Amino acid sequence: MLFRRSRNGKDGSPGLRERLRRGLARTRSRLGAGLRRLAPRGRRVDDALLDEVEELLVEADLGVDLATELREVLAREARGRELTGPEALAELVRRHLVDMLPAPSAPRPVAEPPRVTLVVGVNGSGKTTTTGKLAARWAADGRRVTVAAADTFRAAAVEQLVAWAERAGAQVVRSQPGADPAAVAFDAARAARARGADELLVDTAGRLHNRKPLMDELAKIGRAVAKEIPEAPHETLLVLDGTVGRNAIEQARQFARVVPVTGLVLTKLDGTARGGVAVAIGRELGLPVRYVGVGEGIDDLLDFDVDEYLEGLLAPDGDPQAAEAGA
Amino acid sequence: MFESLTERIGRTLDRLRSKGRVTEADLDAALREIRLALLEADVGFRVVRDFLARVREKALGEEVLASLTPGQQVVRVVRDELVELLGGQAAGRPLQLSGSPAVVMLVGLQGSGKTTTIGKLGRLLAGQGRHPLVAPVDLARPAAVLQAVQVARAAGLAVHEHDGTGTPVGRAREAIEHARGRGHDVVLLDTAGRLHVDDELMAELQELERTVRPCELLYVADAMTGQDAVRSARAFGEHVRLTGVILTKLDGDARGGAALSVAAVTGVPVRFAGVGEKVDALEPFDAARMAGRILGMGDVLGLIESAEKAFDEREAEKLEKALRTKRFTLDDFRATLGQIRKMGPLEQVLAMVPGAKVPAGANVDERQLVRFEAIINSMTPAERADHRVLNGSRRKRIARGSGTTVQDVNRLIKQYLEMQKLMKAFGGRGRGGKFRRLLGR
Repeated sequence: MLFRRSRNGKDGSPGLRERLRRGLARTRSRLGAGLRRLAPRGRRVDDALLDEVEELLVEADLGVDLATELREVLAREARGRELTGPEALAELVRRHLVDMLPAPSAPRPVAEPPRVTLVVGVNGSGKTTTTGKLAARWAADGRRVTVAAADTFRAAAVEQLVAWAERAGAQVVRSQPGADPAAVAFDAARAARARGADELLVDTAGRLHNRKPLMDELAKIGRAVAKEIPEAPHETLLVLDGTVGRNAIEQARQFARVVPVTGLVLTKLDGTARGGVAVAIGRELGLPVRYVGVGEGIDDLLDFDVDEYLEGLLAPDGDPQAAEAGA
Repeated sequence: MFESLTERIGRTLDRLRSKGRVTEADLDAALREIRLALLEADVGFRVVRDFLARVREKALGEEVLASLTPGQQVVRVVRDELVELLGGQAAGRPLQLSGSPAVVMLVGLQGSGKTTTIGKLGRLLAGQGRHPLVAPVDLARPAAVLQAVQVARAAGLAVHEHDGTGTPVGRAREAIEHARGRGHDVVLLDTAGRLHVDDELMAELQELERTVRPCELLYVADAMTGQDAVRSARAFGEHVRLTGVILTKLDGDARGGAALSVAAVTGVPVRFAGVGEKVDALEPFDAARMAGRILGMGDVLGLIESAEKAFDEREAEKLEKALRTKRFTLDDFRATLGQIRKMGPLEQVLAMVPGAKVPAGANVDERQLVRFEAIINSMTPAERADHRVLNGSRRKRIARGSGTTVQDVNRLIKQYLEMQKLMKAFGGRGRGGKFRRLLGR
């Protein structure tokens, strides 16, 4: 299993392993199987091979700059050398990718509960689903969870969140559609404190990062929570669709300007998406990935681990179907 | 800041032209620039490769290298090819409805914007005298049916409401029956979001297609998608018979290379573009404009068009006259501010200007414009005609009258003077028409 679940594997159902395998096989196989295919034992590291590596990296959404840079590093270190085995090239790429990613930062200490987590992102990235899954995970850990349904804009967003929260056994603070989201967040902060909740999750409406009024509104939500709980939000998660391209860098930059983004969530990685742009974001803005969404079930949100992620991206044991599709 | 592609290619070729003839190798250097621009715009890697091979062939065939402006010619070929690939004549074609009721089916990945788009499409059809019925058949995601119901209601559309149980095919059949009974001539089918690796759900889509026989089967794609656009679009295209693409979230600042990937692998034209959260924010897709956007040349056409919509002919004439006489008074300045405000949210306008990257959180403040107008309104005609009479006590009076501060008044005057300088540059030496051509007609 590539990603370790943070709670103690209570879910021992046979479906889990399979689900993870299926979900991650796609991500894993892209670079992994690709590299394995083009770098068999004894193949020389020449320009043609380097071209192919660069292509794989671009196709994983790492971006041309990073791909070119990696290509040059590889050229310096390995050109003309014969590869000792299929793992050799993957190991080389992996090592350099690890260097590029920021080290995971320690979570901010919480002086007095609840710990507040603000969930932000553009439309359709998967915020509500992520919020629901986080609520479920923490509730299952025995923590008291309050959820603020501060997406008062999108149709049925509140109902979607309530459905998740009911499954999770979390309390929801909600208001009328079209209500001021900052007011909802403030009420939720007050309610969470009153009932002694350990965690407060604030789901926000999707907004494109280039719409200033909507970004101002987000900043206001942050301030509203801080009014009740001075050091909040302790964590601000930017949710990125795993299929997103270069624009994600701009998204991260703009969101980080109005709220103190502390980490990323990569969703929908159970499709063909690879979420490689996270490497570029990590490099440029120092934002670590905290969680990965790999499915539609309530348990399908996993802790992110740099080593395991890249291992997954590069490991040579991808499923044959995907390797074929990539051929 | 992103340098315009035309400039970059132009420089590449100019550098070389000084040696005499421009060669094939020079063309390849220019193509490398284009490759970079396309990849940075998220166009799929292989799509880029095939595309450039075609451009190269065309460019050599049309002997653009021998022309006096090879840089521009190469860009022209690239643009033409882009437009062609994005659907050419078929791009932006309206819905082709047939059957009673006509069934329009939307498919796409989760979060691409299907339900929102359904509301917009329905509104568009209703405006054309049709009677659409929204039919939610996403039974998988929590509250998906409710979302469709709410979207439909907000758009003033009829909707086939149910509790989310049953099967998608069953619910679709019901909706069509319902439509027949109630005189709805179009059924808009909102299918579940898919992650296309899931064969089971793909099979569901195929069964739906067989059952409802849609006259239009549209793939909804997020304009911000990266390299994955190729893979997902191909998977959908292999399972159902697509008739077109709807590109969503084009009001963001993504370059939207996904449009090209999707059009290339599905072989169907992009028909509509989603450009905002409001229910009427759906436009026929414009391939030429998109080509410019992907290439980073800015949405010049979009700017001109929205300027045309807002810019009053007479105002434009007055302005031009002012420019020609090289006098640009505060009155003219006020008129300009008004025109700018009419063109739409300032950020949106600036986003269309090539090279004018809007620094987010920067002072693109609509309220500032309003404040400026208020200040000018508080001036006497004499003051508006000649700003030089504005001494300290006049400024104080104006600030009081407009509910602003003297600093605000000073800022306005500074901006006005800057604008005046700009106008002189624009309007000098009988080139007064240039500004008008840009903003007016």
